[in-house]
Amino acid sequence: MSEMLSIALPKGRLGEKVYAMFEKAGYECPAVMEGGRRLIFENPEKGVRYFWVKPSDVAIYVERGAADIGVAGKDILLEYEPDIYELLDLGVGKCRMAIAAKKGFVDDPSRTLRVATKFANITAGYYAKKGRDIDIIHLNGSIELAPILGLSSVICDIVETGNTLRENDLEVIEEVVPISARLIANRAAYKFRYEKIMELTSAVGAQKEN
Amino acid sequence: MIVDDSILKPEERAAFMLRSLYAAAGYRQYKMSKFEEYDLYAGNKDFLISDSIITFTDTNGKLMALKPDVTLSIIRNTKDEPGRTQKVYYDENVYRISRGTRRFQEIKQSGLECIGDIGTDELREVIVLAAQSLKKLSPSCILDISHLGILQALLDELGVKPEIEKAVLRGAARKNISEIEAICREADADKQAAEALMKVAALYGRPEDVLFELEQILAGSKAGCALDEFRSILESLSETPAADILRIDFSVVSDMRYYNGVVFKGFIDGIPGSILSGGQYDGMMRRMDRDAGAIGFAVYLDMLELLGERRGPDV
Repeated sequence: MSEMLSIALPKGRLGEKVYAMFEKAGYECPAVMEGGRRLIFENPEKGVRYFWVKPSDVAIYVERGAADIGVAGKDILLEYEPDIYELLDLGVGKCRMAIAAKKGFVDDPSRTLRVATKFANITAGYYAKKGRDIDIIHLNGSIELAPILGLSSVICDIVETGNTLRENDLEVIEEVVPISARLIANRAAYKFRYEKIMELTSAVGAQKEN
Repeated sequence: MIVDDSILKPEERAAFMLRSLYAAAGYRQYKMSKFEEYDLYAGNKDFLISDSIITFTDTNGKLMALKPDVTLSIIRNTKDEPGRTQKVYYDENVYRISRGTRRFQEIKQSGLECIGDIGTDELREVIVLAAQSLKKLSPSCILDISHLGILQALLDELGVKPEIEKAVLRGAARKNISEIEAICREADADKQAAEALMKVAALYGRPEDVLFELEQILAGSKAGCALDEFRSILESLSETPAADILRIDFSVVSDMRYYNGVVFKGFIDGIPGSILSGGQYDGMMRRMDRDAGAIGFAVYLDMLELLGERRGPDV
C-alpha cells in the first residue's frame, strides 16, 4: 500500500467547503477543483490523494479501507453506524434532523404513526426511545411530498433553512439531533498511518470556524 | 507425507501455522461437534458477534444450533480444577451473518483459550501468542491493548445512569472525543472524570511512550488499582515478541458484562478491520456459574482474503 493518505470527500457544496479547509490546512491539490471527468487527484508532495464520492458512500469507502480518512455528515454516520473512528467535528454543514408535519398536525397516540424518511434507522431509534409505535415508509427523495399526499403523517428529514418546509405548508414539530460534517478514519489506517492522520486532523481542526 | 504447501489457500496455510504455534506453546487441540444444543447460545446472545444462529430440530425433538462460536462450548466442556489451568486451541468453521450481505456465512476461525488460575504469567503468555499469531500472518501488524478496569473506574466516577455510561463508552470506541464531552456535559457528569475519560479515549501509542501520560491522566482517580495491574502486565511484555507491536488504545472496548481486565485487538496493514480479538472474560465464566478466570482470543482467518493477491502471509 502506498504511503499516500487517501481522502474521500463528499461530492457537492459541503465537499467543496471541506476541501477549502484541507487546502488552508496545507493539504492542497489544485486539480481537485478543476472539474472534468477525473476521479482521483494526487499531490505526492503533500502525500495526499483525494477522490469525490457520493456523500452517503463516504463512510463505506472509509470503513472498508478504500479511503484512509473521509468527511461524512453525522446523519450518515447515525444511519449506517459504520465501524470507524470519528476524529473531529468540522463544524460545517450544520443542520438538524427533525420531525416535520403539515401545519396544525396533532398526533393521535391511539394510532400507529406513519413516518416517511430516508433515515429508517435514525427514525426507528428515535421513536423506540419514546415508546411510540410507528410505521416507516422508506423514500429516497422528495420526502416533503409524503404528508401532503397523505402517504405519511409526518416526515423525519434534514432541515437546513426550513424554506422547503415553509413553501409546502409544513413545519418542524420535534428536533431529533443536530447534524454537522465529521472527519472519520478507517480503524486500521489510523494505526498504520497514525502520525500522518493526527497531523492532518490537528491542522484541519485549526481551520474550524468558531 | 510431504505436502506441497503452494496448493494451500492463504487462510489454510495460516491455520496450519497457527496450529503449530499453539501446539508448540503447550496448548492442546479442542475439537467441537458441528451442532450444539441451542440453549447454550440462547442465554448469552450478546457474547456472540452476531445474534442470529442457524437452528434445526434434531431427531429427538431437541432444538440444535450450528456453532456460531467456539468459546462458549469450550467453557462448558472444561471443569474448575483449583490450581490448574487448561489450555486449548481450536481451528473451526463457525456460522454467522455476514455484515455485508446479511446472509449466513461459514467463517474459518482459529484461536485459543486459557481457563483456570489466571495470573500475570498466563496473561503474558496469551498476549504474546496473540502477537506471534499476527506476526505469522503479516510482518506489518499491530496489537492494540486496553484495560476495562480503568474504563469502568472512570465510568463509575462519572456518576451517571447506565445508559449514559453506555453512550460514553460508544464514544470512546469511536475515539469521538467531542461526543463524549457533549454527553457528559448534558448528563451533568463529574467534570474531572469526564476530562480524564476524554484524554484516555484520545490516547494512542507504544506503552513506553504513553504509559507515563496515562498515569498522569489517572492520578487522583479511582482507577489506580486497575492501572497498577495494567502497568505490571505491560512491563511483563516489554521483553517479549509482543513488545514492538503493542499499542495502548482505549477504543478497544468489549462488552463489560462478559469481559474484564485486559482486552486487545489485532490489525494487519491492508485489512480494514481487526483480524484478531480477545481478552479476559471472567464475567462470562461467572454467567456460566464458573469460578475460574479465563483469557483467550480468536483469529478471523476469512479476513485474510481481503489481502488478496497483493500479500499473503509469509511462510
